[in-house]
Amino acid sequence: MKTIYLDNNATTQVAEEVLDVMTPYFRELYGNPSSMHTFGGQVGQKIRVAREQVAELLGASPEEIVFTSCGTESDNSAIRSALLTRPDKKHVVISRVEHPAIHALCSHLGSQGYKITELPVDKNGILDLENLEKSLTSDTAIVSLMWGNNETGVIFPVEEAANLVHEKGILFHTDAVQAAGKIPINMKNNVIDMLSISGHKLHAPKGIGILYIRRGTKFSPFLIGGHQEKGRRGGTENTPSIIGLGRACELAASNMEKENTYVRRLRDKLEHELLKKISQSRVNGDVVHRLPNTTNISFEFVEGEAILLLMNELGICASSGSACTSGSLQPSHVLRAMGVPFTMAHGSIRFSLSVNNTEEEVDFVIDKMPAIIERLRGMSPFWNKTGQSCTTQ
Amino acid sequence: MWEYTDKVKEYFLNPRNVGEIENPDGAAEVGSLACGDALKLTFKLDENKRIKDAKFKTFGCASAIASSSALTEIIKGMTVDEALKVSNQDIAQYLGGLPDEKMHCSVMGKQALEKAIENYRGAPPLEAGAKIICECFGVTDKEIERAVRENNLSTVEDVTNYTKAGGGCGGCHDAIAQIIEKVRSEPKIDSKPKLTNLQKIRLIEDTIEREIRPSLKHDGGDIEILDIIGNRVIVALRGACSTCKASDITLKDFVQHRLQELVLPDITVEEASK
Repeated sequence: MKTIYLDNNATTQVAEEVLDVMTPYFRELYGNPSSMHTFGGQVGQKIRVAREQVAELLGASPEEIVFTSCGTESDNSAIRSALLTRPDKKHVVISRVEHPAIHALCSHLGSQGYKITELPVDKNGILDLENLEKSLTSDTAIVSLMWGNNETGVIFPVEEAANLVHEKGILFHTDAVQAAGKIPINMKNNVIDMLSISGHKLHAPKGIGILYIRRGTKFSPFLIGGHQEKGRRGGTENTPSIIGLGRACELAASNMEKENTYVRRLRDKLEHELLKKISQSRVNGDVVHRLPNTTNISFEFVEGEAILLLMNELGICASSGSACTSGSLQPSHVLRAMGVPFTMAHGSIRFSLSVNNTEEEVDFVIDKMPAIIERLRGMSPFWNKTGQSCTTQ
Repeated sequence: MWEYTDKVKEYFLNPRNVGEIENPDGAAEVGSLACGDALKLTFKLDENKRIKDAKFKTFGCASAIASSSALTEIIKGMTVDEALKVSNQDIAQYLGGLPDEKMHCSVMGKQALEKAIENYRGAPPLEAGAKIICECFGVTDKEIERAVRENNLSTVEDVTNYTKAGGGCGGCHDAIAQIIEKVRSEPKIDSKPKLTNLQKIRLIEDTIEREIRPSLKHDGGDIEILDIIGNRVIVALRGACSTCKASDITLKDFVQHRLQELVLPDITVEEASK
């Protein structure tokens, strides 16, 4: 059975070009970039190139790029650094829809005596900047707002938000793990202080991430050890992955247009056809301010895990915000923050595409989904024989 | 991804007895859309008052659908009295087990079965006077008490896995903890639920840890489980107990007695040969 992978916000396939540049650094060129000998030093040179490639994608300077092990480490480093370099300030502002790397960290900090403000979003997942402004106090150390939401794809106006926050002398961090490579990012055009990226969301391997730290920003390292990354992140460099990520960033830059034309068109086709063919379905999240590859669709009166497992039988991979898939008993915190009704939230499916997807794959999914939903609705006590909901809940 | 057994997958992909019986003898609906799962169960009896047909409609995840389907298969051919004895563990076992976090699916089946039989008998609801403890999922004190008793639950997390209570805002965790404490301090009645081997071993370990070891330690002694073979618990006595002349009496009158009382009446305790 062929796998149809529409779960690219979970992880992506390592690009062939990326793997190609990585492989020599496992066996032939295994030297430590910190070594004095040429054998190691030549690897250090390749890391410099990779750092330039990453900086290029972001419109940043190479020295502003710190390699980490993942997006979560980048997020943790940014928030903790802000609190350590501003020890007199105890207040952090985030949104209700942040990724767990921020959300769970801040809940933890909340239990350690910090004050956390979680900004609400509206029913489309949009942030109100007035609320942000009102939340800032003289005690605020940092504001962290995600650039693109992993579940709905909704884009926050982080550049505007950063301006607002900066005026008050407060640091601004953004989790750009989903945005990077899908929409243009140019750090020359904004005042964002720190930004996190994860390699495996843009066709580089898992286990590599980036923290962008704007020049002049005080920084306190999360991992303390050797002098690597100019003392900002101890630990021997993950050389193959760093070199792979550099190449992946180059590819992302050259695929940016395809992402916003080809991928967007496939996503729009999938969404449009599913909504047309399946009654009582709807899109979660704003459809204008949205990443080009993501759609989050709710099918009323059926449960997400059951949908995913029937899709799985056909080789189709996606995700759900239903309670049953999370291991918790409540649907996704993102959908709840948006006030998506329970009838809808439990039956939500996230499709996230990439440049690797084809029209045939999308057509196959469009063809198969109606029967899957119909089959489960046929078993649902809330759905009667005339194909109508029989509940007012 | 959940580790479902092949049988759960089979009953999810090819569910038996989907639908609704017209003019059923018994019918019930439990759960709600808000909770994320709901089950409508209907059954019909034959002339000998045995369940001739049972059908279900379920909104929920794969294990909810499989549990509902398994339930309808289990009760076919039973009298209602026999059906009432079907426990949520029977449903889970029929499917070769369910992940801990999904045990509430089997409990939902049991609840629907009881309500459908009540409906058939026209009797007043069993759980009169029950009070809602978990507002998020509408779970009553009686339901929690029963889940704790029948499944020998000891933590709030267990209760959440089995009943969903406490899985939302978390505001009822203290109340759930109190119910657990209350039920666990009740004198045990004879009709203990059937334990699986694993549950039995855990319960023996637990009982020794909580009820037995502290007393022995108080006297400078200690106990270690070496093996559990069927209902024989092989132990070694340590510290002061190992040289105590009265250790036989300690073993039979205290250790064995407590295990018989709290785990299974058939348990025997033996000291490993030194």
